[in-house]
Amino acid sequence: MALPEMKQSATDARLGTLTLPEGGCLSTARHAALSRVQTMGLPTRRDEYWKYTRPDTLVNAELVAAEVFTSDEAPMFDGFDRLKIVFVDGVFDADASDDLSLEGITVERLIDLEAKDIHWATDLYGVLEARGQTPVERPLAALNTAFAADGIAIHVTGKPSKPISFIYKHLDANSDSILHHIVRVDTGAEATILENGPAAARFNNVMEIDVADGGKLHHVRAQGRDHERRAATHVFTRLGAESVYKSFTLTVNGVLTRNEQVIEINGDDAIAHVAGACVGDGEFHHDDTVFITHDALNGESRQVFKKVLRNGATGVFQGKILVKEGAQKTDGYQISQSLLLDDDSQFLAKPELEIYADDVACSHGSTSGAIDEEALFYLRSRGVSASEATDLLTLAFLAEAVDEVEDDAIAEALVNRLEGWLARRR
Amino acid sequence: MLEIKNLHVKLEEEEKQILKGVDLTVEAGKVHAIMGPNGAGKSTLSYVLSGRDGYEVTDGEAVLDGTDLLEAEPEERAAAGLFLAFQYPVEIPGVGNMTFLRTALNAQRKARGEEELSAGDFLKEVRAKAKSLKIDADMLKRPVNVGFSGGEKKRNEILQMAMLEPKMCILDETDSGLDVDAMKLVADGVNALRDAGRGFLVITHYQRLLDHIKPDVVHIMADGRIVKTGGPELALEVENNGYADILAEVDA
Repeated sequence: MALPEMKQSATDARLGTLTLPEGGCLSTARHAALSRVQTMGLPTRRDEYWKYTRPDTLVNAELVAAEVFTSDEAPMFDGFDRLKIVFVDGVFDADASDDLSLEGITVERLIDLEAKDIHWATDLYGVLEARGQTPVERPLAALNTAFAADGIAIHVTGKPSKPISFIYKHLDANSDSILHHIVRVDTGAEATILENGPAAARFNNVMEIDVADGGKLHHVRAQGRDHERRAATHVFTRLGAESVYKSFTLTVNGVLTRNEQVIEINGDDAIAHVAGACVGDGEFHHDDTVFITHDALNGESRQVFKKVLRNGATGVFQGKILVKEGAQKTDGYQISQSLLLDDDSQFLAKPELEIYADDVACSHGSTSGAIDEEALFYLRSRGVSASEATDLLTLAFLAEAVDEVEDDAIAEALVNRLEGWLARRR
Repeated sequence: MLEIKNLHVKLEEEEKQILKGVDLTVEAGKVHAIMGPNGAGKSTLSYVLSGRDGYEVTDGEAVLDGTDLLEAEPEERAAAGLFLAFQYPVEIPGVGNMTFLRTALNAQRKARGEEELSAGDFLKEVRAKAKSLKIDADMLKRPVNVGFSGGEKKRNEILQMAMLEPKMCILDETDSGLDVDAMKLVADGVNALRDAGRGFLVITHYQRLLDHIKPDVVHIMADGRIVKTGGPELALEVENNGYADILAEVDA
C-alpha cells in the first residue's frame, strides 16, 4: 500500500540524507530494516502513536541546531568506579574511553564487529527491533537499525565487577547522531549499564537487550540537560525465564525527548521494572512510551513514571501492558503521575491494558495534580519557606520513582541531580 | 506576649463571619485554655493566627512579641516563635520525619540569623526528646505522619514543638482522638515545656485535657467571641453543667 504523499516525501527526504554502512555482517539486517522504514514511512503527527508528541523535528531531513550547554555541575556518575565508553556527538572516542576489557564481559565496537561474523550479534542486531514493530510501528527504530554508524556490542558472560557506562558528550551544535547498541546477557550473568549525557543536537538511540534465563540487567539512564537537544530513544528487551531487567531513566530538561521501552517477557517467572522521573521547565516536551508484552507464566512487570512540569512544559505517558493468552499469573502494575507546578503545564496520559488470560492481576493508574496545599501549609507553619517546602514536596513526589533504583549510591546521585535542578530554579 | 485585639475574621470564599471581635492576651509563662461548643470559632482562631489560607481578617490585630502576625507569612510567624499543634496533623508521603524536623529547625534558625545545628547535635537532641515522648527510631525514619496512629501523630506534634522551642504554643484540640494513656503522654510532653518565657493557648472541647495540663486562665468562646474568662474552676463548671448554662448566663 502506498504511503500518504506527505509521509512519503518526508521519508524520502530523510533517507536521502543518510548512508547505509555496507559490507559487514550486519548488512542483511540493515537492508531489512531499510525496507521496513520504506514500507512504514517515518512518523507524522497524524499517526495515532504520535498523537501527543510532534515527531517532525525528530524526523525531518533538516536538523534543528542545539546550542551546547555548559555547566559547572559535575557530570552524572562522576566518581563512580565504572567502565567508561565515551561518544562525542555520536562517534566513539577511544582516547577518552577506558580499555574495553573487563572480566565477565566482552565489549566491542559495532564497526569492529561488523568485520567479523559473530553469531550472537547477528542473531540480535535488528531482531528485537523488528519484533517490536508489531503491533505498533516504530519507524525511527528501524531507521536507526539501517543507518546506525556507531554503537557497542556488549556480551555479558559473567558478573563484571563494575558498571558499563556510556557517556554521550555533545560538543557540536549541529550534530545528528544515530547509535545502536546490542546487549546479550548470558544465562545467570548479571551487569549494570549506565548511560548519561545529551549526546547530540539530535540523538536517535536504540539498545537491543536479550537477557537469557536467570540473567539480570540493571539499566540507569540520565539524559543530559542541554536545553535544546532532541532525542528519540528505543530500548527493546527480551526476557528469558527467571530473568530480570530493571530500568530507570532520569530526564532533566531537553526540548524534546521520546523514550520508548518495548519489553517482551518470553520466559516464565521473569521480572521487568521500568521507571522514570523527569523534571521540565518551559520549552520541554517529554514522552515515555512503554509497551510490555507478557507471553509466559508468572511474569511480573512494573511501570512507575513521575513527571514534574512547570512554565508550560508538557509530559506524555503512553503505557501498555499486553497479556497474551496463556500468560497466567501475570502481575502487571503501572502508575504514571505528574506534578504540575503551574496552570500552564500539561500532562497527557494514555494507560492501556489488553488482557487475554483469565488469571492475572493487572492495575494501572494515572494522576495529575498540583502541590498539596495542606502539606505546604504544614511545612510553612513549621518555619520552612514556601519555595523550600515546594522543593521538598516535589522531591517527595519523585521519590517513589527513584526508589525503584536498587543501588543506593546511584539513587543518591539521581536525587542530587534533582535537588540541583530545583535549587537552580528557586 | 500574644495580644489579640478585636479580631474579626470571615471566610474568604463566602460571606460568613466566624470571629466577631476576639480579645485575648496570653502572658509569657502562662497557660490559657479556650473552651467552647462546636462552631464557636476556636479552630479558626488557631488557623488565622498561624496563617492558613481561606480566611479574611476584616478587623483587629494579633501581635506576638512585636511581630504583627497577620501581616506575616506562615514561615515568618513560625520564626517569630509561634507554633500550632494541629488538630489533624498532615501526612507527607516521601518526606522523612527526621528530614522534616531538621529542615524546619534550620529554616527557623536561619531566619533568626542563628547558626544551623550540626547533623550530630541535631541527632543527639532529637533522639533524647523523642525518647521522652516514647517515639521510637522507626517513627523518626518514616515519612511524616504516614501510617501513624492518632496518638503517634499527636506525640509527633509535641516532638516538633520540643525541637522548635517556640515562644507561643497553640494546641488545637490536641486531646481529640486520644485515649487516656496517650493523653497523659502528650500532656507530660507539654508540661515539660512549660517555662517562664513561654506561653500556651490550649484549645479544647473537653475539660479532661486540663486535668493534665493545668491552665492559669480559662476562656469560654461562643459565636466568635470570648464570652467568659475565669480561673481553672471555669473548666470544671463546663464539665459538670455543659456549655448551656454558661451561655444562657452570658446571654441574659
